[in-house]
Amino acid sequence: MLRLEKRRQPSQAFAYATPVMAVIATMIFGGLMFAALGKDPVAAIRTIFWDPLFGQHAFYYRPQLLVKGGPLILIAIGLSLGFRAGIWNIGAEGQYILGALGGAGVALAFYPMEGWFIFPLMILGGAIAGCAWAMIPGLLKVRFGTNEILVSLMLVYVAEQLLASMSLGLMKNPQGFGFPGSRNLQQYPSAHNADLIANTGMHWGVAAAFIAVIFAYILLTRHQLGYHIRLTGEAPRAAKFAGVSPARLILFCLGISGALAGLAGMFEVSGPAGQVSIDFNTGYGFTAIIVAFLGRLHPVGILLAGMLMALTYIGGEIAQSSMGLPAAAIQMFQGMLLFFLLAVDVLTSYRLRFGKGEVA
Amino acid sequence: MTEPLLSIRGLTKAYPGVVANDDVSFDIQPGEVHALLGENGAGKSTMVKMIYGLVKPDSGEMRMRGAAYAPAEPQAARASGVAMVFQHFSLFDALTVAENIALGMANPPALRDLAARIREVSEQYGLPLDPWRVVGDLSAGERQRVEIIRCLLQNPKLLIMDEPTSVLTPQEVEILFETLRKLKSEGTSILYISHKLEEIRALCDEATILRLGKKVATCTPRDTTAREMAELMVGAELHTPSRDYNEPGAVRLALNGLSVASPGQFGTSLKGITFEVRAGEVLGLAGVAGNGQDELLGALSGELRSAAGMVVLDGAEIGTKGPGERRRMGLLTAPEERLGHAAAPDMSLTENAALTAVDRRQIATNGFLNWGRARDFAKEIIARFDVRTPGTENAARSLSGGNLQKFVIGREVLQDPQVLVVNQPTWGVDAAAAATIRQAILDLAAGGAAVVVISQDLDELMEVSDRFAALNEGRLSDIRPAKGLTVDEIGLMMGGAHDMEVAHG
Repeated sequence: MLRLEKRRQPSQAFAYATPVMAVIATMIFGGLMFAALGKDPVAAIRTIFWDPLFGQHAFYYRPQLLVKGGPLILIAIGLSLGFRAGIWNIGAEGQYILGALGGAGVALAFYPMEGWFIFPLMILGGAIAGCAWAMIPGLLKVRFGTNEILVSLMLVYVAEQLLASMSLGLMKNPQGFGFPGSRNLQQYPSAHNADLIANTGMHWGVAAAFIAVIFAYILLTRHQLGYHIRLTGEAPRAAKFAGVSPARLILFCLGISGALAGLAGMFEVSGPAGQVSIDFNTGYGFTAIIVAFLGRLHPVGILLAGMLMALTYIGGEIAQSSMGLPAAAIQMFQGMLLFFLLAVDVLTSYRLRFGKGEVA
Repeated sequence: MTEPLLSIRGLTKAYPGVVANDDVSFDIQPGEVHALLGENGAGKSTMVKMIYGLVKPDSGEMRMRGAAYAPAEPQAARASGVAMVFQHFSLFDALTVAENIALGMANPPALRDLAARIREVSEQYGLPLDPWRVVGDLSAGERQRVEIIRCLLQNPKLLIMDEPTSVLTPQEVEILFETLRKLKSEGTSILYISHKLEEIRALCDEATILRLGKKVATCTPRDTTAREMAELMVGAELHTPSRDYNEPGAVRLALNGLSVASPGQFGTSLKGITFEVRAGEVLGLAGVAGNGQDELLGALSGELRSAAGMVVLDGAEIGTKGPGERRRMGLLTAPEERLGHAAAPDMSLTENAALTAVDRRQIATNGFLNWGRARDFAKEIIARFDVRTPGTENAARSLSGGNLQKFVIGREVLQDPQVLVVNQPTWGVDAAAAATIRQAILDLAAGGAAVVVISQDLDELMEVSDRFAALNEGRLSDIRPAKGLTVDEIGLMMGGAHDMEVAHG
């Protein structure tokens, strides 16, 4: 018989080992799934994990890694702060959309004027819009005790409607021959979030992601606010006893995660995406939840997890086009990653015992 | 000599790094009340867990009426006639007494029949209990009755009771003892675990004393003084806290008609509490658990806010201020619940040292934490209060209850408070450590601080308090000088036996 026994102390070794174990388990079971679909499992796994980095066309895919990883990391860092405190913002996708609308809105308002100040204003606009969208569940929770999971999630669908309305109405390109979608910001120099070094994928959003990682690391390990976040997550009563105001913490965590998601949306719309369009959002806000947990809610872990997740995205696309794997299989594969992580995560606080024993 | 009911021979159980029980042997005779004594960590809990089938011994054997007895699980122990009342109740607040009892049964009869049985047993043993009442509305003493009746319904031959009186008023203790004596007269044996030596002297026939997992002595409690038993438990001479009496100084803390609604559904709201504590004075507040102690501590720590003038510290109205500000002004508190309230279980001792000491120990500058200072403070607490732990980076959860209690109290005392409020300062702490904590409280008062001690341990309150009052359903009794109060008077101040005095009438 298998039993779980609580450890006296959470195991440090397992805290580092479980993400690796989860990746390996995902490879094994994902391989089985690919085999069941009639594809060569080894080739599929290699296509997903190896080809984007070292394959024949890696020079094209490597920058993509940063382009995809940047927003994931940026959003996940924000989410992880709330998750650490037990505040569950599930609506980053909506805040991401609002950030894009805010940033693009600023840019389109100034079009066609040129000026150095436009891009910083767009950054501000994106952050504020995302933050404000996240404040809705925040204020409702603080004032009326609503569940932030439900409210933030439902606001994603509201945001999607808003996005559709904007790309068909207010923000539609007047010179776009009636096609939905805004002007292309890539062709508006003051608003274009171009690669900082050409063809590396390294745009301002990626830089912001790295800054966020460092900021979050310092916040959590060195600052009182980060200590209060961790304390609230570990022992809410002790946090209150220590003098943490739960309402203020809720607003801070939701606000910062909304602002970072908004930033990610703004950098995306002004860079890789280029325009506000109906299908602008591609699920970064939801995938970032997986990234946050895969990275164990630790800033450095999230950095690695974001890159890994970007890898499966890009590798998955390659596998789709070159091997004919269905898109759903790739999504299953990514889902497995979170599933296995949560499953093996138990080992950090519990130890497995074989055989029949006593209840201590 | 008759055949013993339960005979324990050479029972040994080791956990990684510690031998909980080392070759322990003793007998429990039929109809005997047998005390199991020892400090925290002496191995009492492991011993009863083995008897109740929760833990399997590494070696040694138990015989029940001469037949081999090795319960693999509590179910088997119950089938052999062993029942246990735990220190912490496992009852559902939202269900009735009868429903709670039915939940613990393998094949519960119809609720109506069960209720009749409950009534029958409760009358037979003088434990009045209405089977249809919701458990959330019951006092701690009544909840304990639910647990006891749950056991009695199985007609046990051996009843194990783990610290049963820690939640009872003196009158309720008397009722419980009457019940236990009645059980004994019917031939039921009782294994009784308690820290309260006077109780053991009043109730028990035999005592087995454990120290560090080994049996160190047996004695007949009636013929042994409490002090002798305590010294057998500790293995050293006991230090009795001493104090220098000073004239009380200026009023440091004053409550003026403090009324606060309880945040919890089954909590107790505070109703018009008024008292003053002066510099150099210790005010003892007695009361059975659940009479507003947690709420009072919360209202003083700042977790619960009141009108500004209801709480006055050194002349400043602070009722609306939060915990951080009150700490900066010198009002420190230590809640009863150590894990999860006074300390974060999975955080290290260093991090837990910073929990309340950030400002008074200058651990933070401009919001940035200086972990070196926090670690030094944790080390200081560990050294001064003899906290047994491998180091400051261990999780609070890994400490035993008594050691964590020393850490939590030490953290507040060493911050040099103007006013200290503690709730159950020595709960679950062994005799030697309890003496250390009480001495620290008295030293603090001698140094000019005002101290409020909330406790259910009357002996402790009598030892440390200058003045004494009791909390009952969120109200405070008259405040009286502690000297010369009798146990009966105290019991009445605490609200008597919750109108259950007729039980053995």
